[in-house]
Amino acid sequence: MVAKPLVPPAGPEPVMRVTAVTKRYGERTVLDVERLDVLKGEVLALMGPSGSGKTTLLRILATLETPTTGQVSLDGAAWGPPNGAAGPVSPARLLAWRRRVTYVGQNPVLFSGTVFDNVNLPLAIRCRVGPGARAAVEEMLERVGLAALAAARTASLSAGEAQRVALARALVSRPDVLLLDEPTANLDPANVAVIEKTLIEAVEMWRPAVVLVTHNLFQARRLGRRTGLIVGGRLIELGETEAVFSYPQDARTASFVKGEMVF
Amino acid sequence: MALTSISWSELGAIIALSLLVSGTAVLLASATGVPLGAFLGLSRFRGRATIVRVIYTLMGLPPTVAGLAVYMILRGGGPLGEYGLLFTPAAMVIAQWVLVTPIVIGLVTGAVESRDRRFRETSVSLGATDWQTRFLVLREARPAVFAAIAAGLGRAMAEVGAVVLVGGNIRWKTRVMTTAILLETRRGNFDQALILGGVLLAIGFLINSFVHRLQTGKG
Repeated sequence: MVAKPLVPPAGPEPVMRVTAVTKRYGERTVLDVERLDVLKGEVLALMGPSGSGKTTLLRILATLETPTTGQVSLDGAAWGPPNGAAGPVSPARLLAWRRRVTYVGQNPVLFSGTVFDNVNLPLAIRCRVGPGARAAVEEMLERVGLAALAAARTASLSAGEAQRVALARALVSRPDVLLLDEPTANLDPANVAVIEKTLIEAVEMWRPAVVLVTHNLFQARRLGRRTGLIVGGRLIELGETEAVFSYPQDARTASFVKGEMVF
Repeated sequence: MALTSISWSELGAIIALSLLVSGTAVLLASATGVPLGAFLGLSRFRGRATIVRVIYTLMGLPPTVAGLAVYMILRGGGPLGEYGLLFTPAAMVIAQWVLVTPIVIGLVTGAVESRDRRFRETSVSLGATDWQTRFLVLREARPAVFAAIAAGLGRAMAEVGAVVLVGGNIRWKTRVMTTAILLETRRGNFDQALILGGVLLAIGFLINSFVHRLQTGKG
C-alpha cells in the first residue's frame, strides 16, 4: 500500500477482492485481472479506453456475468464459475450478494409508475414497508433534488432526472458496494454536480465502497480516492488518485492522463 | 333504415350471440394463453425456439382450417362426436378458441420477452428474488397483455370461416354478425349487410378505446 491518504481513515479491509479473474468470449479474452481489492468507504475510479473491459469487470462484481476463471469474494465469501475453486454458489447466497451490492448500468432502466415507486422498489423487495421506508425514500429523493417530482411518472423524466432516480434507487437500500457505470455520461454540469454530491454524501454517511467507471478524467480526480486504469482487459495501473495522475507508473497511463490515448 | 328481412329483435339476437361467442372464446383463450405466453417469455429451455416458431405459425392459421379441424373432431363419428356439439354456439366458441389462443400466446410471449431483456437485470441487481423479478417483468408487460387480448377479440369478432363451418349459420341459433353479413350480401340485401358491418366496426372501435384507456390511463 502507498502512504495513507488525507481522507478519513478508511480501514484497509477489502470488502471485495478480485482474484485472477478472466473473462473470455470464445478465443477473445476481454478481461484478465490478477488482483484487485475494493476497500470499505472508498471511491475507486476505473478508467480506460472504450472496450477495455471496465464494464465487464463491473458486471462480474455485480454477479450479472460469470467470470471464465478466477473468483470474486465479498467479505471472504467467494463466488466464481461453477467449475472453479469457489464451486457452485446457491441461489440464496447469490441473492444475499445482490442485496449488498448494487449495480447501475450506463443507461438507467426505470420501471413504469412514479419516481417514488422506483426509489421505493429496493425497500419493497426487501419487505421494508411503513413510515420508516417512506421516510428513507423521501430523504433520498431530497438528496438527489427530486422531492418535487416524487409523484411524477418515470416516462416524463429527462435523461438527467432519470439518472438521478436510478442513483437514488441504488442508494436507498444502503448497499455495502455500489457499482456505477458512467453515471454522468452525456449529462449537463448541473446534473453531474447533483450526482457527485449525492455520492460523496453517501460515502460519508455509511461508508459504502464505490466502484466508479468513468471516462471523465476530472471526475476520477474529484471523486476517486484511488484510481485504476484498465487497458486491453488488464489493470495496468492502480494507486492513490493523485499519484496515478502525477507520477504514473506505466507509460500508457501517462499518455492516458494527458489525454493522448485515443478512446 | 328499413329492415326488410331482419327484424330489430333478430338483429339484437345476432349481435348478442356474436359478443357471447367471441367474448367467451377470448376469455378462455386469455385464461390459457396469457399464462403460457408469460411462461414462454420468461423461460429458456431446450425446444423453446421451436415451440415459439410453431405458435407464430399458428397465429396466421386460416379460420377455415381451424373450423375444419374442429368440425372433424365434433362431427358424428369424430373423437368428440357423441356430445352433439356441432352446429351449436359451443362449437363456435371452441373453433374461435383454437383460432385466438395462439395469437394471445404469441403476442404475450413477445411482449414479456422484450421486457425481460430490459428489466430482468435491473430487478436482479436491486436484490429481487426470482419470483419478484418475474412479477416485475410481467407487470411491465401488462399493457401489452391487454393489447394481445384485444387483438384476439378483434380477430374472433371479424372471422367468418370458422363459425360458418362449425356453427352452420342457423337463424336464431348460430347466426352471428359476420355470417349474417355473408348471407345478406348473397341475397342482395346490401343495406342490411352494411348496417351489420357498421355495427361490427363500432364494436371494434369501442373495444379498442377501452383497451387504450386501460393502457394509458387516459381516454
